[in-house]
Amino acid sequence: MSSSEIVTCVNGPLLVRGDFELVDSNGETIDCRRRTVALCRCGSSNIKPFCDGTHKLMGFRTEPIDDETPGEN
Amino acid sequence: MPSKFKPYRGSRRGFYCGEEVNRKGFTMRYAEPPFRARGPVSEQLLAALRAPASDADETLAGFSENLANALGSVHDILRDDDLQVSLLVLHGLHYGSVVDADEEWEWHPVTVAARVAIEREFERQLRAVVPPTPLPQPEAEAVASALFELTKPTPGPSLARFIAKRANADHVREYLVLRSVYTLKEADAQTWTIPRLNGRAKAALVEIQTDEYGGGREERMHSSIFAKAMRELGLDDTYAAYLDSVPALIIASFNMMSMFGLNRRLRGASAGHYAAYEMTSSLPNRMIGDGIRRLGYGEAVSDYFDEHVEADAVHEQIAGRDLAGGLAEQEPDLVADIIFGANASVCIDGWGAEEALAAWIAERSALRQPITSDEFPYPADVVEMEGAK
Repeated sequence: MSSSEIVTCVNGPLLVRGDFELVDSNGETIDCRRRTVALCRCGSSNIKPFCDGTHKLMGFRTEPIDDETPGEN
Repeated sequence: MPSKFKPYRGSRRGFYCGEEVNRKGFTMRYAEPPFRARGPVSEQLLAALRAPASDADETLAGFSENLANALGSVHDILRDDDLQVSLLVLHGLHYGSVVDADEEWEWHPVTVAARVAIEREFERQLRAVVPPTPLPQPEAEAVASALFELTKPTPGPSLARFIAKRANADHVREYLVLRSVYTLKEADAQTWTIPRLNGRAKAALVEIQTDEYGGGREERMHSSIFAKAMRELGLDDTYAAYLDSVPALIIASFNMMSMFGLNRRLRGASAGHYAAYEMTSSLPNRMIGDGIRRLGYGEAVSDYFDEHVEADAVHEQIAGRDLAGGLAEQEPDLVADIIFGANASVCIDGWGAEEALAAWIAERSALRQPITSDEFPYPADVVEMEGAK
């Protein structure tokens, strides 16, 4: 097992735990303040790069919706 | 913005530390609690706890019968002041820091029997009033999905929206007083569930609790951050200092968590309750943080709420999928209790919030009785907006 893992939460954020360093695009360390973090992947968080639960207000989906396939009647 | 007012550290109202003799002649060796009894059961209990447990035959004479009578006639135990205060005190013997009492009381046969008797009726009525919902398959993702569905954000008025948009400083103080019954002991009720779990579910709960307890830093413990917010608003952070102001239903919400945590049989309900609690936290706490900033308070007050926006967005994922979902996979028979615990959280906390909101909209206090402190730090801009207060 690797020393860190990223969990792709269904309809939610990316959960990162283990040994990792979060850095911005300049390579500067971002203070995580907790051992396990949730990273926004809906794009709507107000505390990016972290998740703040806003995906629940946006109807964010990570999985295709079976019964709404485009082009089918 | 640093508060320019010195926080008021309330005196420990009501605490009396010397020995005295009550009217029946018992030596009252333990301090009077900072709150009052609300009926005959809590009155006899609180009086007995001021004397040593070895006096129980005299101090608790007739107690079991009185309690049985009260339990036999209570129609709405969730809103019963006497029984909810009694249960808080009985659970408090296990927690500590609720009443000053002989430590022998924690496992005294009479207090344990009383605790279990109140809990049984409390649980029976909870199961009767909490609406059932369809049960998911005992698979982690299905359980997480069902929990997210039953806790999904709803539009319309809410206590958090009121605080974001309309609350004044007094509303915020009332809100902290209502929250303090649980939050000054934040996460402790759920910690009791840890040894009742195994494997994935246990690892998940420990991961959440590590964060709740500050990851090894006392000042980042959520209960410590909350206590700091109370002090910044001039409130006494002594546990139960304002209990007399808190309605029974809010006390019931905390007693429910303690009951789920203390009874191994209810570990499913504890896991489901915690998942739902975490899932209904991030978005409301953001609104409350916004309201606090709108009023001009600084980070020392908003820190608790801001912390929960980020922390609970992590916790809700772990609690839904690994704690509740993991437990469901290990013990499929617990799925019904997981969903019951989640529904109980949404239902009881929802009612508590609705009642507080209704009071505020009607321009009443949400508290049973006003809180007293002789100095209160209004932020400068609130004083300007509202005039002399």
